[in-house]
Amino acid sequence: MNRDLRDIAIDNSDRIIQEWSKEINRLKSANYTADISKELFENNNDEFVNVILNSIKGNGSTKIVKDFSDRIIKLGWPLSYIIDGLLVFRKVTTNTILTEIEQADSEYISEVINNVDVWVEPIIRQLVNEYSVSWEHVVSLQRIALQELSAPLIPVMDNITIMPLIGTIDTERAKFIMENLLEGVMQHNAEVVLIDITGVPVVDTMVAHHLFQATEAVRLLGAKCILVGIRPEIAQTIVNLGINFSKLPTKSTLKKGFMLALEITNKSIVEMQDKSQNIDQLLGLDKGSERIHANSDLKTT
Amino acid sequence: MGSQSYVTIMKEWDIVAARQMGRDIAKNLGFGTVDQARITTAISELARNIHLYAGEGKVCFEIVESLEHKGIRVLATDNGPGIRDLSQVMEDGFTTSGGLGAGLPGVKRLMDDFDIESEVGKGTKITTTKWVR
Repeated sequence: MNRDLRDIAIDNSDRIIQEWSKEINRLKSANYTADISKELFENNNDEFVNVILNSIKGNGSTKIVKDFSDRIIKLGWPLSYIIDGLLVFRKVTTNTILTEIEQADSEYISEVINNVDVWVEPIIRQLVNEYSVSWEHVVSLQRIALQELSAPLIPVMDNITIMPLIGTIDTERAKFIMENLLEGVMQHNAEVVLIDITGVPVVDTMVAHHLFQATEAVRLLGAKCILVGIRPEIAQTIVNLGINFSKLPTKSTLKKGFMLALEITNKSIVEMQDKSQNIDQLLGLDKGSERIHANSDLKTT
Repeated sequence: MGSQSYVTIMKEWDIVAARQMGRDIAKNLGFGTVDQARITTAISELARNIHLYAGEGKVCFEIVESLEHKGIRVLATDNGPGIRDLSQVMEDGFTTSGGLGAGLPGVKRLMDDFDIESEVGKGTKITTTKWVR
């Protein structure tokens, strides 16, 4: 019986393909692939329907489906196209087989439906799996990329280090910030750490709490934290929330914070007078054409 | 009244989704940057409370209109353990999670209207509104 149904489907594959293409084209206009060229769409459709048919012929061989899914994922075809395609295939095949055979009692119909399901289901399962594996892969890569960005520490001078924070801080990232901060303080022998929150969109109690903990830990190591980059709207929300930041020195901009850090570490920036020097020379490029005055230089007092 | 949308809070990153949606709605309503920050922070607190204490819940947004002005209403609901003493959680500095204890009283100060209902063992519902000035 099973064998029969498969033969019927394969014998009528031309008709199935035709019906299937018609349905899929109808779906196309309403849906996903508006920006894909007609030719490409049709080529892909031919291939797709052949893959399904071959898979049925090959008694559920997975190799051919896998090759197809690899390619289609690489090209970025939407999953909805695949699912629609398979569901339409199931419908069309069932209909075709039923019209081929006149005998149509309910028992027989349900058997046909069951059989077609058995052909189509493993393909759906496999394709959805392949897709979700590829998504998970992308997500995990992005996670790694995000983590690389999450808590950079920049030693700008002896004893002064800056940590610019950009983006949302969640629990995981807060832990990461703390670790990097403490490690960096030890490694760079920092006396002052500037934490810049210009790029943090929301400072709620959780973020504040983590910042407090981090600065307290830094303080235990004998260094000082200065919180910089507090935007006016953030300042207002902090006041509304009723968070007490008085234990933590804060400055509105990184520049002001850096000045304070210089003061704390007994340094100052001195403008060199009457020392006209070419920028290119300073940078070691030495192709001087313009003369630029007033270069500032750093000096320890 | 008005359109309604919601974010389901199930994992920590849903908090970000909730406040992003809230910020967009607030921006479209014509709130200034400071009020946008206030609303976003309030949503963040409410969503985080759901995540921390109830594990799962919903943050809904509604645009409300009265005769003179428009506003955004934020509804945070969960079926978590509920709150035993409502006056206690509205006190500054009270916390059961080792946090700062500024969340709920902070939200009340950040927003214009604030209402909290809670039943132990059943869940908590917080309704809060901010009006465009």
